[in-house]
Amino acid sequence: MSRLEIPIPNRAQVVVEQLYKDLERRIEASPSGLCPIDMSKAFLELCHAQTCGKCVPCRVGLRQLKKMISDVLNARATLETLDEMEETALSIMESADCVIGYEAANMVYKGLIGFHDEYVSHIELGRCNCSYQQPVPCVSLCPAGVDIPGYIALVHEGRYKDAIRLIRKDNPFPTTCGFICEHPCEARCRRNMIDDAINIRGLKRMAADFAGKVAPPQCQTSTGKKVAIVGGGPGGLSTAYYLQLMGHQVVVYEMLPKLGGMLRYGIPNYRLPKDRLDDDINAILETGVQVKHGLRIGIDITIDDLRNQYDAVLITIGASTDKKLGVEGEDADGVISAVQFLRDVGKGSAIDLKGQEVCVVGGGNVSMDAVRTAVRLGARKVTIVYRRRVADMTALRDEIEGAIAEGVEVATLRAPVRIETDNDYSTRGLWVRPQMISSIRDGRASVKDTGEGDILIPCTTVIVAIGQDIESQHFADAGVPVNRGVIQTGRHGGFDLLPGVFAGGDCATGPATVIKAIGAAKVIAANIDEYLGFHHVIQSDVEVPLPNMADRNPCGRVNMTEREACRRVCDFDGVELPMTEAECRQEASRCLRCDHFGYGIFKGGRETLW
Amino acid sequence: MVKLTIDQKAIEVPEGSTIMDAANIAGIPIPKLCFLKDINEIGACRVCVVEMEGKDKLVTSCNNEVEEGMVIYTNSPKVRRNRKKTVEMILSQHNSNCVTCARNRNCSLQTITRDLNILDVPYEKELTPLPWNRNFPLIRDNDKCIKCMRCISVCEKVQGVRIWDVGGTGSRTGVYVSGNRKIEESDCVLCGQCITHCPVGALRERDDTEKAWWAIENKKKVTVVQVAPAVRAAWGEVFGIPAREATMGKIADALRKIGFDYVFDTVFSADLTIMEEGSEFVERFSKGDTRQMPMFTSCCPGWVRFVKSQYPHLVSRLSTAKSPQQMFGAVMKTYFAKKIGVAPEDMVTVSVMPCVAKKGERNMELFYEEYAGHDVDVVLTTRELTRMIRMAHIDPCTLRDVPCDDPMADGTGAGVIFGTTGGVMEAALRSAYYLITGENPDADAFSEVRSTREQPKWKEAEFRIKDIAVRTAVVNGLANTRELIDALERGEVHYDFVEVMACPGGCVGGGGQPIKDGCELATARSGSLRMLDEAAPVRFSHENKAVLHLYDEFMEKPLSHKAHLLLHTDHDAWQMPDTKK
Repeated sequence: MSRLEIPIPNRAQVVVEQLYKDLERRIEASPSGLCPIDMSKAFLELCHAQTCGKCVPCRVGLRQLKKMISDVLNARATLETLDEMEETALSIMESADCVIGYEAANMVYKGLIGFHDEYVSHIELGRCNCSYQQPVPCVSLCPAGVDIPGYIALVHEGRYKDAIRLIRKDNPFPTTCGFICEHPCEARCRRNMIDDAINIRGLKRMAADFAGKVAPPQCQTSTGKKVAIVGGGPGGLSTAYYLQLMGHQVVVYEMLPKLGGMLRYGIPNYRLPKDRLDDDINAILETGVQVKHGLRIGIDITIDDLRNQYDAVLITIGASTDKKLGVEGEDADGVISAVQFLRDVGKGSAIDLKGQEVCVVGGGNVSMDAVRTAVRLGARKVTIVYRRRVADMTALRDEIEGAIAEGVEVATLRAPVRIETDNDYSTRGLWVRPQMISSIRDGRASVKDTGEGDILIPCTTVIVAIGQDIESQHFADAGVPVNRGVIQTGRHGGFDLLPGVFAGGDCATGPATVIKAIGAAKVIAANIDEYLGFHHVIQSDVEVPLPNMADRNPCGRVNMTEREACRRVCDFDGVELPMTEAECRQEASRCLRCDHFGYGIFKGGRETLW
Repeated sequence: MVKLTIDQKAIEVPEGSTIMDAANIAGIPIPKLCFLKDINEIGACRVCVVEMEGKDKLVTSCNNEVEEGMVIYTNSPKVRRNRKKTVEMILSQHNSNCVTCARNRNCSLQTITRDLNILDVPYEKELTPLPWNRNFPLIRDNDKCIKCMRCISVCEKVQGVRIWDVGGTGSRTGVYVSGNRKIEESDCVLCGQCITHCPVGALRERDDTEKAWWAIENKKKVTVVQVAPAVRAAWGEVFGIPAREATMGKIADALRKIGFDYVFDTVFSADLTIMEEGSEFVERFSKGDTRQMPMFTSCCPGWVRFVKSQYPHLVSRLSTAKSPQQMFGAVMKTYFAKKIGVAPEDMVTVSVMPCVAKKGERNMELFYEEYAGHDVDVVLTTRELTRMIRMAHIDPCTLRDVPCDDPMADGTGAGVIFGTTGGVMEAALRSAYYLITGENPDADAFSEVRSTREQPKWKEAEFRIKDIAVRTAVVNGLANTRELIDALERGEVHYDFVEVMACPGGCVGGGGQPIKDGCELATARSGSLRMLDEAAPVRFSHENKAVLHLYDEFMEKPLSHKAHLLLHTDHDAWQMPDTKK
């Protein structure tokens, strides 16, 4: 007879633990547009199943809440039911003994407040007003609406050139996005319900790698119309590409020596090799787009000049000025904005950081680009200074991990307070104030001072990466509506009072992603075409293969690998290694073809043209 | 060609065939519920599942294509077990009170249930009835709906109207009137295509047979019935009477036996319509009125509802001529009532139509001198006619050809083809030619406008009549119509005269016609009408003696003041709900 026993989980418990994991992944892949009340009921049932049954409010009260939610869903409730639900939920929140009870009631309560209108509409209409919003999750979530299941199927068959052609119907930057797209498409990939999201971005990169050069389609008959595009970034060039294909003559005005905007002068070469960026830009230029370099809008040429010379004008100047820290000493020598810093590197006139110590302020992707670039420029020590924790950083996880692997220090919970300078006003260090993580507000943890003394991080360069602004003054002067520096367009990308003028990309949305700028470019290209009096359509003649009918057995996701950190910090060459063709095929075969199975075939279908 | 094996039978089928197509070629029918070729291939009902060798999960045969070397079992124990379970699940949410259902013995779910020998459903019945305005010409019973989504797809893809949509999410997903509207507040054109494509009895027309029986029974009322051209091409299907034998004469016999006092053929007023509409076209065309936008035909009430709600600014482009149904009603309550010495308020006019929208069209109140009322009092669909024949216990085999009543017994081949797409245009052109040149063309001179349900988008044709070029177009199906109008408005095409019929194939494919699930019968029915035209002794509306007589005795001449009062309408006199701004 033993006095103590080592607990062994029973079989049922082991299976339930697996089911919890399945449920977690399933919730991750949850489509938007579901009835929030139906979901509340489902959550409540789960919560209620978790109750230990000891206390009245949790054991009985949650059951009563469930019945009342059912009444709402079954059109048997009145507005008084909502009052009763609120009182019951509050009572459970206030009187339950443990978290299982009071947080379950809190979930219901949050819904009663947060989607009160939905509750009322259910009661008044006697039916649900919601509808399923994501027939094909990846396509719905891609701002440009790229035919993802289509090109993955083409990759699976090894038809890489066709995959590029199909992507270009919606996105003329397949190679670039293959390297650096933030892939919102993967967020709710339904494959999560089996194992893990498809590596969509990786597959796009491989399509671009294996395809080689792919010529753009023929332009439609010339219309004789001319369109000026101010700014040769991803938004401007994408619009140029589609307008040129529609038969209009586009002239892009770019103040910098080369095209690409932030893709060339913001994103470092090790993430997006510039020769690969040129693959996309060359294909765009092959359509006949003309470029005028070196002219600054507002200085060398005005919007009114362009309006006189062209049938339509598009402003896509991006967001390329920096936000200031607003601390003492910010104008000292050695303090530089990340935008300027990265642009200098892109232009080949990088500052010398050999042997220096560098602080980079900020926790976004631009900050990661700056620290990893500083490492490659030979800095002895590079530190990310951030007010919050690593978990709160907005940068992609892979970027943060990449930076840390390359030897970057991370000083979290440190708020910059002033720049320490020496006699000739050169930077000697960054004073930071220790912070502690505090209460969660609007879903984000806030910070407050710990009360400890300020700390000096010695450094000779401070790079500020806390956001970007737009140079919008000239446009405001020309009558373009501007609010807080952001150009205010209608949903069609134009302006009611300035017919023929359109704006898009970062300058109209604030700093965003490449794929968002490309999505906006499609909208604007279509609307400029309509404005010019045409109804051209953009389509692809690539036929999408039939879905693979094999059973979908669980299979790991192929992730991209990277060069060794100690080697890659010595140069600016690409960090990410490609998949093998076998990996690529296997990954493509994991796609569930939501365009064919499920709701996709009914309401999603395939947009073969726009 | 692709080689595969289905149920141990090696076959070869064209590439791109679905498994279901391939099985059909091999003579193996696969049961199905939600599938509608080219319209609803969504694999929702899971009834057509088959087993594919090498794969655990079953696949739908309706929307998956064959591959080389596939081995398929359409009726393995696994397939049969799953198919049965699925149908049992459907039945748990279906009001299967079949005996009182309009689709009893013509219901795909009923057939499949029988074929699967389902005698008990293991699941609890969970019905979700929803309120519905039972006075609206289109009736929907939510508790019969099996959510096959066909109505949504037909309305959206074939008619381009989108009255139906999926509503709710999760287990509560269902079919609703789109945009949270009530049906009577919607822009439903009442084409009835959702009814004829419903596999069960969730959708049907409002049954008006009792109103007809009431009039027949009421001694004070004189009942006058008219029968539309397309009805003769379809009613026989219900009784298994071959098309050639299912004549208008037998319908007339049946209607007399049912008890109607006078029986007429709407072909008469189709000819009358041609006189009015044709004359109107010649007048508008000569004035240059059609240089920008064409004149549109106005005989299809589904189309009139469509143009009023979707393109209200084009309502003035419609011919002002009433439809044949309404013209006949007006003639009955004036000229004919006088002739037989009956006050119009004592006359009940009934029409048998292949159409649900006609039930809406009759609503407008009109004035006949001191009396106000409707041109037509009761509108019955072809399906309701067959139900009345059954209610009267008439053995269809006993029906004989009998003529219609005088003085409106005549009808021409031109009037008969009103029931098919292209027919109105052809009939109008035959008479317009005569009006312009003073002589008859060859009756088949305008055969180029003959169109079909399967034609691409629309059919255009240009004719020279005495050195004048007339550009015409014929379109059926409202999604096609929308594309045609959009092309007209963009200036990509120009026509002088456009015939629109809302239903695919024209009235022969109307929403009030007999239903045979999975079969589109419009083209075959259209052939019947064309044959009747070819065999007709008179093929020009302007040679219809009874029509000419009506003008002589009463209406004076086409477009006369009296004709305007009785045979023309004001399309702006009523409002269509949910009209686009």
